[in-house]
Amino acid sequence: MQIATPGPLRVVSGHLVVFRRLWRLNLLSSFVQPMLYLLGLGVGVGALVDRNAGSTATLGGVSYVAFVAPGLMATTAMAVCAAESMWPVMGGLKWRRDYHGIAATPLDATDIVLGHMIWMAMRAGITGAAVATALAFVDDTRSWGLVPAVIVAMAVGIAFAMPIMAYSVGAEMDGGFPAIQRFVIIPLFLFGGAFYPLSQLPEAVQWFARAFPLWHGVVVARGFTTGDTDWAGVAGHLAYVLLWAAVGTVVSIRRLAGRLYP
Amino acid sequence: MPEPLIVARGLKKRFDEFEAVKGIDVEVQPGEVFGFLGPNGAGKSSTMRMIACVSPASEGTLRLFGMDPAVDGAKIRARIGVVPQLDTLDTELSVQENLWIYGRYFDLSRAECRRRATELLEFAQLTDRADSVVEHLSGGMKRRLSIARSLINEPELLLLDEPTTGLDPQARHVLWERLYRLKQQGVTQVLTTHYMDEAEQLCDRLVVMDQGLIVAEGSPRELIDRYSTREVLELRFGAGTNDQFGPQVAGIGDRFEVLPDRVLVYADDGEAALAEAHHRGLRPESALVRRSSLEDVFLLLTGRSLAD
Repeated sequence: MQIATPGPLRVVSGHLVVFRRLWRLNLLSSFVQPMLYLLGLGVGVGALVDRNAGSTATLGGVSYVAFVAPGLMATTAMAVCAAESMWPVMGGLKWRRDYHGIAATPLDATDIVLGHMIWMAMRAGITGAAVATALAFVDDTRSWGLVPAVIVAMAVGIAFAMPIMAYSVGAEMDGGFPAIQRFVIIPLFLFGGAFYPLSQLPEAVQWFARAFPLWHGVVVARGFTTGDTDWAGVAGHLAYVLLWAAVGTVVSIRRLAGRLYP
Repeated sequence: MPEPLIVARGLKKRFDEFEAVKGIDVEVQPGEVFGFLGPNGAGKSSTMRMIACVSPASEGTLRLFGMDPAVDGAKIRARIGVVPQLDTLDTELSVQENLWIYGRYFDLSRAECRRRATELLEFAQLTDRADSVVEHLSGGMKRRLSIARSLINEPELLLLDEPTTGLDPQARHVLWERLYRLKQQGVTQVLTTHYMDEAEQLCDRLVVMDQGLIVAEGSPRELIDRYSTREVLELRFGAGTNDQFGPQVAGIGDRFEVLPDRVLVYADDGEAALAEAHHRGLRPESALVRRSSLEDVFLLLTGRSLAD
């Protein structure tokens, strides 16, 4: 007997049809952008930083480009998945209304939410893999650690995607999205430990960065790429990252079910 | 008699304080085209959403194919097709892609999705638009695509919520013809409408809903015979004077109704009624004799016209 395709995967295959139309644009923004940062900061700023011996010690004895690269994989995953969980999710309920279309089939809110999560992990993975491929061409950043770093980027992606989805499926208006971008995503991009160690920042800002999943992902990914892995730390950081994803998923399912099946 | 496809008993739907459906009994037989007729806010859409298993009933029992939506919602949804009031198509995708995606939700293989999509595009007369992006389609084409999409799982029951609202007359007739074909193929249909002509054209049997309750049930012909006269005389007096002249037709025919823009006289012989009105010295700006319609039934049952 044939086994039925699990609901979330059917939702993912719907996302794939849409992506097939838009992937060029998507890949452009999610790949070219981190590469520009890598060139501009890694090579440009890196030349200044690496000349200063004291600084390289602060960075854990690696070149600046090697320090920044895993951070960029994580921040890009965060940015892509955050944006994909705002307007597109609200549109599924309010504008395109395709979530209502799905709700009329045998699939339900759980399938939509889990499908979104798998899809976001895939998007973060595709983006992360593209950046990793480019990094493999640079002597300072080439390492097998790039492979687990891609997986860390996927975890960071869903850690932002799912709580934001939980907000998006409950919100009546899209006015909150720019605020999330301005007050969470962009500050984390700047102060989340991607471009310099958190220790350079005032205590209060450090706690802000530690509260969100990004920094935890950056630390783990960097451990892998620079070959300085503390496994107990990895477990703790990843558990925290996945806790965000799990809470976001549970809340999303509950709120979406309420919206789809009033 | 075969087992009814839909059975509802004392079905109610409450949203917080507001009761949208106040306890209705409905039975729909296989192969039947059944209509919910009523003005906006009558509770038609709430009823449809309960039948479509996307809205739990607040009270009463509901069974589709003998199953309870609260228990077997997904199983029931696998066997029905839904054409929602607002299109839920992905407007950024092509006509074909919309069908493929929807087929995947029902776990059809890619090859099967393609095969059925080709057939359904033919049925919906959209074959030459297969690769068009949905955004560029006309309203009537989008509606036809919605219907095609709802048929991708070869449903035994098709639910249509206001299928032709917002379409021009020609597009409506094309749609009606397609729905008639589906009926001939034995697909049971349940639809809501506030258009009388649509209900008369399509429905074998219908219920008139008003303020969350069913106020009458029967075939369009039965309802007209039971509640109205054979013919109706419509008299239009000068703007603002219908109130004043209306009462003067009292006693002509069975009864009369004064509307803001005209006076309706219900009589089995409309021409005779008109002669009598002239005889009484009434000089309307225009007069028209027509057959009774569901519009008249509705007016009588609810005291309001459907357009309200």
